[in-house]
Amino acid sequence: MPDIASIRADFPILQQEVHGKPLVYLDSTATSQKPRQVIEALERYYRQDNANVHRGIHTLAERATAAYEQARLKVARFIGAASPKEIVFVRNTTEAINLVANAWGRANLGPGDEVLITEMEHHSNIVPWQLVTQATGATLRYVPITNAGELDYEALDALLTERTKLFAFTAMSNVLGTINPVAELIARAHAVGALALVDGAQSVPHLPTDVQALDADFLAFSGHKMLGPTGVGVLYGKRALLEAMPPFLGGGEMIREVFMDHSTWNAVPHKFEAGTPAIAEAIALGAAVDYLSDLGMDWVHAHEREIVAYTWEKLSAIEGLRILGPGPDRRGGLLAFTLGDVHPHDIAAVLDMHGVAVRAGHHCAQPVHDYFGVPATARASFYIYNTKEEVDILAEALERARAMFAF
Amino acid sequence: MTMDDFYRENILDHYKYPSFKGHLENPDITFRDVNPYCGDDVTFELKIEDDKVVDVAFHGQGCAISMASADMLAEELLGKSLDEVKAMDKQFVLDMLGIPIGPVRLKCALLPLKVVKAGVWGLDAWEKEQEEEEAT
Repeated sequence: MPDIASIRADFPILQQEVHGKPLVYLDSTATSQKPRQVIEALERYYRQDNANVHRGIHTLAERATAAYEQARLKVARFIGAASPKEIVFVRNTTEAINLVANAWGRANLGPGDEVLITEMEHHSNIVPWQLVTQATGATLRYVPITNAGELDYEALDALLTERTKLFAFTAMSNVLGTINPVAELIARAHAVGALALVDGAQSVPHLPTDVQALDADFLAFSGHKMLGPTGVGVLYGKRALLEAMPPFLGGGEMIREVFMDHSTWNAVPHKFEAGTPAIAEAIALGAAVDYLSDLGMDWVHAHEREIVAYTWEKLSAIEGLRILGPGPDRRGGLLAFTLGDVHPHDIAAVLDMHGVAVRAGHHCAQPVHDYFGVPATARASFYIYNTKEEVDILAEALERARAMFAF
Repeated sequence: MTMDDFYRENILDHYKYPSFKGHLENPDITFRDVNPYCGDDVTFELKIEDDKVVDVAFHGQGCAISMASADMLAEELLGKSLDEVKAMDKQFVLDMLGIPIGPVRLKCALLPLKVVKAGVWGLDAWEKEQEEEEAT
């Protein structure tokens, strides 16, 4: 059983004070903090191995290439992919989804076709589909959500038809915390002949993932939300799908041969990795995956469930505090809330004065906020390094905010 | 900086008990703008006679900083000539609020002035003014 004190000792950034109070970092849904193992992997690469990948014959280039490809293998194993060839390194979840929207979407969508998404999506799983459906004449449809913050499954049945070419949905909402039944949703998409793209930005860092068991066609996630550096993310795609797709970005590395009038493409995944990739970041993501694998994703999930259940209880006791989304047994490690009429910016500013870091705003998910009739929320989110004592500090600071702004 | 510096009593007073929140009958100028990142939403209504602000009201929703800034600005605007309004800038708002405002909250603090100036002289003029200010 991992011990939180020793986990916290691995995170140098947590050993500091903010406004004279110990830092309580409750914004891991935006980006997680990094353990020294990840920071050291970045530094080690730049101190010892830095070279461009897949080009050089010299020793450093060989080392850099081997480490980069080793990271790809680690990621493939972490999510249960059949082969590292199914792992495309991109910048982040947003780029992964844009890759599919452009490469797959432009080749496979046309008038009469439909792309189905949900009202609980992050903007990164909305806007790329708006752009590609507008460009191809296809239609974009939304699965509505319910007051409980779940998908409306009756409406889903009516919306998934043979016209649906792709169903793209989040595995876990970054506002409501809702954990969607990914396997079931994929099966429903497949039953009408549609492909399924899973936005795993919030699920892969926090829940066990097995793309083969889920039968996911595409899975997109970011490294920086799972202890890794910014600048590297992952698109998983079934090999046959990736092989059939035209490239997204053109340039070096993604080609086999270039002639004056045309080019031929490199094999997957390199076909989708034009230009020099984020080599150091990908290698450090490999170190992050090692760290999470050592803890065990079942433990990570169990730890967060415990923290979020405790937070639910503490925050529900605060007068005027309203939590969006389902109960603690159906959500991941985050809680978005409003506190009476206090603007979330003011909540976050008061919490910051107590050393507590939370996000305030619409969290890049305006449709969800529109549904619940609030312009913005404050959001506390948890990860492997958070403790119940930190939740107590949060609750106390919220009481202060309420007292300060009470009319 | 302590919390008491940030949310000084007069900021909270203007936020909780604004004097200029509401509507005018037949305003000469109505202009609304929002901060897309945080959802601050401010509309100003002005009555102008002989190039002077003779009445002013605002409505909207937002954080304490944006709402207090709107109410304090409305108080400042009343009776001012358009030339005097034109001279109001970022520093004017910061002095008016009298609290340290970091880069993140600056947009909240400045939204009311932006709405007033864009309402009178157009959004392009406001953006040009901001570019000139950034360049200096």
